[in-house]
Amino acid sequence: MNVSLRVWRQDGPDDEGRFEDHAVDGVSADMSFLELLDVLNERLIAAGKEPVAFDHDCREGICGSCSLMIDGRAHGPELGTATCQLHMRKFPDGARIVVEPWRAAAFPVLRDLVVDRSAFDRIVEAGGYITAPTGSAPEANMTRVPKEAADAAMDAAACIGCGACVAACPNRAGQLFTAAKIAHLGLLPQGQPERDQRVLAMVDQMEDLFGSCTNHGECEAACPKEISIDFIALMNRDYLSAKFRNRKLAGRR
Amino acid sequence: MSSTATRSPEVAAAGRLDARIPPGPVAEKWDQHRFDLKLVNPANKRRFEVIVVGTGLAGAAAAASLGELGYRVKAFCFQDSPRRAHSIAAQGGINAAKNYRNDGDSVWRLFYDTVKGGDYRSREANVYRLAQLSVDIIDQCAAQGVPFAREYGGLLDTRSFGGAQVSRTFYARGQTGQQLLLGAYQALARQIHLGTVAMYPRTEMLDVVVHDGRAVGIVVRDLVTGEVSSHSAHAVVLATGGYSNVYFLSTNAKGCNVTAIWRAHRKGALMANPCFTQIHPTCIPASDDFQSKLTLMSESLRNDGRIWVPADAGDTRSPDAIPEADRDYYLERRYPAFGNLVPRDVASRASKHEVDAERGVGPRRNGVYLDFSDAIGRLGRSVIEERYGNLCQMYERITGDDPYAVPMRIYPAPHYTMGGLWVDYDLMSTIPGLFVLGEANFSDHGANRLGASALMQGLADGYFVLPATISGYLAPLLGQAPVPADHESFQSAEREVNDRVEALLAVNGSCSVDWFHRELGRIMWDYCGMERSAETLDKALGEIPALREEFHRDVRVPGSAATLNQSLEKAGRVADLFEFAELLCVDARHREESCGGHFRVEHQTDEGEALRDDERFAYVAAWGFEGVGAEPTLHREPLAFEDVALAQRSYK
Repeated sequence: MNVSLRVWRQDGPDDEGRFEDHAVDGVSADMSFLELLDVLNERLIAAGKEPVAFDHDCREGICGSCSLMIDGRAHGPELGTATCQLHMRKFPDGARIVVEPWRAAAFPVLRDLVVDRSAFDRIVEAGGYITAPTGSAPEANMTRVPKEAADAAMDAAACIGCGACVAACPNRAGQLFTAAKIAHLGLLPQGQPERDQRVLAMVDQMEDLFGSCTNHGECEAACPKEISIDFIALMNRDYLSAKFRNRKLAGRR
Repeated sequence: MSSTATRSPEVAAAGRLDARIPPGPVAEKWDQHRFDLKLVNPANKRRFEVIVVGTGLAGAAAAASLGELGYRVKAFCFQDSPRRAHSIAAQGGINAAKNYRNDGDSVWRLFYDTVKGGDYRSREANVYRLAQLSVDIIDQCAAQGVPFAREYGGLLDTRSFGGAQVSRTFYARGQTGQQLLLGAYQALARQIHLGTVAMYPRTEMLDVVVHDGRAVGIVVRDLVTGEVSSHSAHAVVLATGGYSNVYFLSTNAKGCNVTAIWRAHRKGALMANPCFTQIHPTCIPASDDFQSKLTLMSESLRNDGRIWVPADAGDTRSPDAIPEADRDYYLERRYPAFGNLVPRDVASRASKHEVDAERGVGPRRNGVYLDFSDAIGRLGRSVIEERYGNLCQMYERITGDDPYAVPMRIYPAPHYTMGGLWVDYDLMSTIPGLFVLGEANFSDHGANRLGASALMQGLADGYFVLPATISGYLAPLLGQAPVPADHESFQSAEREVNDRVEALLAVNGSCSVDWFHRELGRIMWDYCGMERSAETLDKALGEIPALREEFHRDVRVPGSAATLNQSLEKAGRVADLFEFAELLCVDARHREESCGGHFRVEHQTDEGEALRDDERFAYVAAWGFEGVGAEPTLHREPLAFEDVALAQRSYK
């Protein structure tokens, strides 16, 4: 099949950037979208031009490195699929495809399609952990975890931190990522002692870096791991109760 | 440069390596050794600086644990976040000798299974320690909030894996590596927040700096700005993963590379058993010539999937049209005791034989079937979905086939590398002060790694072994400041790095880095893949240096050194893979026996199984660098089997 690509090029964080058009012929339907970019890059290099920079690593949908707005949709047209798992058989022959980086103030473009997502790391560093220094852990089966709780925590923990939720949001809000992390830890018995301080610290850090949520729901639709927007409601409830609760008395309840 | 190796105390005059294994019974070595190790008192720990390169399971666990102890840590990764290291892609699970199933498991049994699974080419003392620590790892990870699979009573669930007859594999759906890495990453994030660890993402290590015979720091390149800079410390820890990408097509992430350990090797660290590579039996076969990587389908699928091919060569009927009588469940037929759960090396070679015998399936006839229809009939689709849902979805995305309706097609692919930098019992390389953890070292898996053991080893090394052993190295250095990062030894290393970068950009030849990488991978797969012979290895050893020279004469690396330049990053990594590939083949040529993942066609039993030569090769082959293209020097660490009797592996 043949496709034509309109690709965002930007030489660095301070460059204003532009679109570039490239026709790519001889595309196999079994190629992934990133392999299409590989082919484009090989041809650019052969023509003495600089290849398009894009983030990618595992190419099996788990590391969360790949990104890309494809025809205005985060990770492209297929639901529940990261760009690296998107295959060309999902596009018609002759398709004209627009490829852009994530666009969000919290994710500045570094070059072409590569953006800086370290704002997510700042949110986790603010409190996205359970304090369990190495060596201090009790026998694992001492703490029973109801299967339903473990399963729900796993649903949230499946987040790959790719940033599609932010890129898809009209407000560039970071709620789905933050809520998933908070729910993963807050749904487990091990996460209870720090539950209040965690949600307060992470939400405050998130508010510093990202826009505000107004319940559009675009994040859930764009998420390659189909993380539920329900976790945002859970986070909001946790945040509110944490504001009211007096942790000094937690041991008495 | 290689003089460092001969200066270091571990290399005795006769070229025999001393791993400094503690004396005493194998079950008591680790406890006794921990007692014997010198300690650094809590107030003094902050006077020591440690560099950790790589933030996968081993690196993140080590950096977090060292930070908790009070050391001042700098951690580096080339990814944009430490959470993206390739440990994240591990699917199936992590072994631990908890014996929660009451099915006869024990530390001894995990130890025995691992030594046997590694085809008797691993170090007993290390493996026993690994089995001991496995139980602490599960406790540690559960406490961190890793959402392991649970039984309805709330207790931890386990499943079976290849090479074992007990159920000891803990898992988090098909994303165990992801969840364990997030646990370690969160512990690391906490230390970053507390200020004990300084994190440097998008920063690639390009050299180790050795001064006065000790590792004293590293030279790195900032992958965004291109700036080359130096970092000094009292000790350097490499946890930089394996080298399967020497085959170009592998299950590794695209960024995985050999550069960190190869640069250390060039500075004097010995490289051990590089020919021990693991070809994983269950990956999705290549679909076209544009294939950029191969995707693993977890070994856990072999719990419920049955592997078969058409009994007749050239049978092109669709799988549902082939009746039972015309199918050959070849693993169940050849290995009745272990069936579909034979170790990886055995399963991989068996499928190669089927495909070579023209019984392969799929459009390119390059796979075998992995069929869930029996399990779906027995357990129902929902159970299979719960166990393997994400894997089946991934398979469907990639191939366009529905694995609940049509059997999966699988074929072996390069996956894990058992070889790596040689380390002693303390995980220290032959360069004092340079420690090596996880897949980057060679120590625990012998010639073949059992499934669900990589995560175990990475975390054992990072959480428990290194934090204990590093104090033994650091304690005598109390009061010594690190060599300053502007010292001449750093400046000359920086100059070398800059020269290499400039040289790659200056070639301006006609072929891309990927083209060379693909060609190198083809040579390695054809001549040093699942089966090797003296003849194919000699071919490889002829072609690799020629292609390497062509690479340096004709590669085209566009762009400049002062920006984010992915072609340049790849070029540096592929240049190192070229040098490393030659050593891998030299090692494979040298080892005139078959063991585990190293199968020399000249050495097999009448039934086509690997035939070891314990008389001649029961040792670790550790190679010293003598220059590019020069014959490396061989050092041997003899392997003694005192607690597991040497035997021919049998899974029949």
